[in-house]
Amino acid sequence: MSSMKHFARAAVVAALVGLSGTALAQTEIQWWHSMTGALNDRVNELAKGFNESQKDYKVTPVYKGAYPESMAAAIAAFRAGNAPHLLQVFEVGTATMMGAKGAIKPVGQVMREAGEKFDPKSYISSVAGYYTTSKGEMLSFPFNSSTPVFYYNKDVFEKAGLDASRAPTTWPEVMAAAAKIKASGASQCAYTTGWPSWVHVENLSAWHNVPIATKENGMAGLDTTFQINSPLHVRHWNNLKEWNSKGYFTYAGRRNEAEAKFYSGECAMLTSSSAAQANINRNAKFKYGVAMLPYYADVAGAPQNSIIGGASLWVMSGKKPDEYKGVAKFLTYLADPKRQAQWHQQTGYLPITPVAYDLTKSSGFYDKNPGTDVSVRQMMNKPATANSKGLRFGSFVQIRDMFEEEMENMLAGKQDAKQALDTAVKRGNDMLRKFEKTAKE
Amino acid sequence: MEKRVVFRSPWLPYLLVAPQLAITIVFFFWPASQALLQSLQQQDPFGISVEFVGLDNFRALFTDQHYLASFKVTTIFSVLVATIGMSVSLLLAVFADRALRFAGIYKTLLIWPYAVAHAVAGVLWLFLFNPTLGIVAHWMRRAGIDWDPVLNGNDAMTLVVVAAVWNQISYNFLFFLAGLQSIPKSLIEAAAIDGAGPGRRFWTIVLPLLSPTTFFLLVVNVVYAFFNTFAIIDTATSGGPGQATEILVYKVYKDGFKALDLGSSAAQSVVLMAIVIGLTIVQFRYIERKVQY
Repeated sequence: MSSMKHFARAAVVAALVGLSGTALAQTEIQWWHSMTGALNDRVNELAKGFNESQKDYKVTPVYKGAYPESMAAAIAAFRAGNAPHLLQVFEVGTATMMGAKGAIKPVGQVMREAGEKFDPKSYISSVAGYYTTSKGEMLSFPFNSSTPVFYYNKDVFEKAGLDASRAPTTWPEVMAAAAKIKASGASQCAYTTGWPSWVHVENLSAWHNVPIATKENGMAGLDTTFQINSPLHVRHWNNLKEWNSKGYFTYAGRRNEAEAKFYSGECAMLTSSSAAQANINRNAKFKYGVAMLPYYADVAGAPQNSIIGGASLWVMSGKKPDEYKGVAKFLTYLADPKRQAQWHQQTGYLPITPVAYDLTKSSGFYDKNPGTDVSVRQMMNKPATANSKGLRFGSFVQIRDMFEEEMENMLAGKQDAKQALDTAVKRGNDMLRKFEKTAKE
Repeated sequence: MEKRVVFRSPWLPYLLVAPQLAITIVFFFWPASQALLQSLQQQDPFGISVEFVGLDNFRALFTDQHYLASFKVTTIFSVLVATIGMSVSLLLAVFADRALRFAGIYKTLLIWPYAVAHAVAGVLWLFLFNPTLGIVAHWMRRAGIDWDPVLNGNDAMTLVVVAAVWNQISYNFLFFLAGLQSIPKSLIEAAAIDGAGPGRRFWTIVLPLLSPTTFFLLVVNVVYAFFNTFAIIDTATSGGPGQATEILVYKVYKDGFKALDLGSSAAQSVVLMAIVIGLTIVQFRYIERKVQY
């Protein structure tokens, strides 16, 4: 049946080409992304590989600035009527893209219409869940996903008289280690963190199977409200404040400033993205270990599983059918398990399909590069629950800033943990209500 | 007394100002009218659903205590940048004016920072004072000074004020120097003969005669602190910690371009526009009266 169909379609195309008497030009696919340095090279390699694998389509990757900048650029381009075909959007922009129903074309639909094989179930559920509607339609294509993990400096641990072969697994253990490091003077700073909200609000919640917000962390409806002033959150933030005042915890900034503090040897312990490993590998002049995020052992069900950050690829609306076909073909090319495994190994991003994980495992990569599988094992630690499958909030770029502002004000001694989190909830909810108003049609 | 140029053709004057008018319309009136329109709307980032909401955006702003806090930050920042920037430049200009040798070198060195882009100035000072990388921060720690612009709001404010002042000193310096050089030497010499010391001469003769320059620079510096310091804030602190350095213009950018909340961002820029228009009117009506040309 299907081969007949293909044959018929090919015949029609051939006839049309013959009639028009012109050669078919290559169809160009614009791909806007935010990958820099070595990651930019990998992106260019992917596009080059695809372009050489066939003749009909040409993917042109264009670096458009950091995540918020490329998104703003694409939005401006959409308003002017010349959006790119593919756009890489960071995970906090997901709700904004989902709300823009006329501006995007669901990936599931693109693949179906082009007749490409595409199985959303082949992805790790906590990755796919992020980009799938409550009705089960996959809206964007998971591309680079990471999750926060725990790094520690083994040399400093030894100097401080700690067991360097075993990472601390709970927060009290981390702080006992910090106290020892501080007392022995083994390093100037004991513990620091990148991405404060991602690690100490969003992943703290998921890792302890506690909700960030109602309505399945916003994934089941826009009328969601934050619940991050729970006893667990207050307890953890209170600890952060105390550790900060004792000098165990050093606040480094809202982005990945902390990573430099770790690989320069200034700080002995770090929680940050699993994708930081490439940089740490290149710059650290000491032995280090990678472990799962610390947790509170007395919280029932902890540790659960962590949630992702990173970005996915969105298909923009208003393009020609042939162009969508090219997009679908390119996505199929990217979804190839071997390519996924390679991407994971080269970049430190998660293998987003179990097959890519198995391929990497059987190749012996994890044995040769210890610690590289921590992120995957942490993501798949337990089957994801409503509290740990992800989150979806409108205006989350602003809301994250608010959470971090409240944390900074708390650490600066202007308020206690409960006040900080209550204010964070209130400010966050105000933003959610505002988004709900614009997103409803 | 009055000299007037009269054009023969009634169209010529309009033709001559047309390029300037065109630029003003395209780059000022058109965007300003867009901002006014958008400030009354609530829309999603892609502009698919646009809803007219009247003054809702403004109402939301003025009930938001964090927006109101930004006014305080902006006031402190602008007053500091304008006063410190102008007094330091005046001091330098007075010295450079009196320098007998190497005056050319001093002047060149003082004018130099103006060639540095605002964003670069922000990064430069950030590197010097960054607790991890900065050489100055390192010295300060050695000297026992607790310096942490990442978490301490006052430290962060100090950092951006210093960077903003440094970047603007050259401009102020140039104008003050020109102003000083246009003061007739005979006046100062006459005062000296009457027995006035250097301090007295400065306060009673030089400063009043400099007032047109000072007034002009006051207007320019306030506008500078309100608008042009955006790049310094963005590169040095991004408005943090907390909202300790989030001045109004930075919030416009953050809410508009990072958070894609165009309605609120437009409303904020309308408020900002009103403030600057208001300030300029006040300056011209009340302060200019005291200026002696």
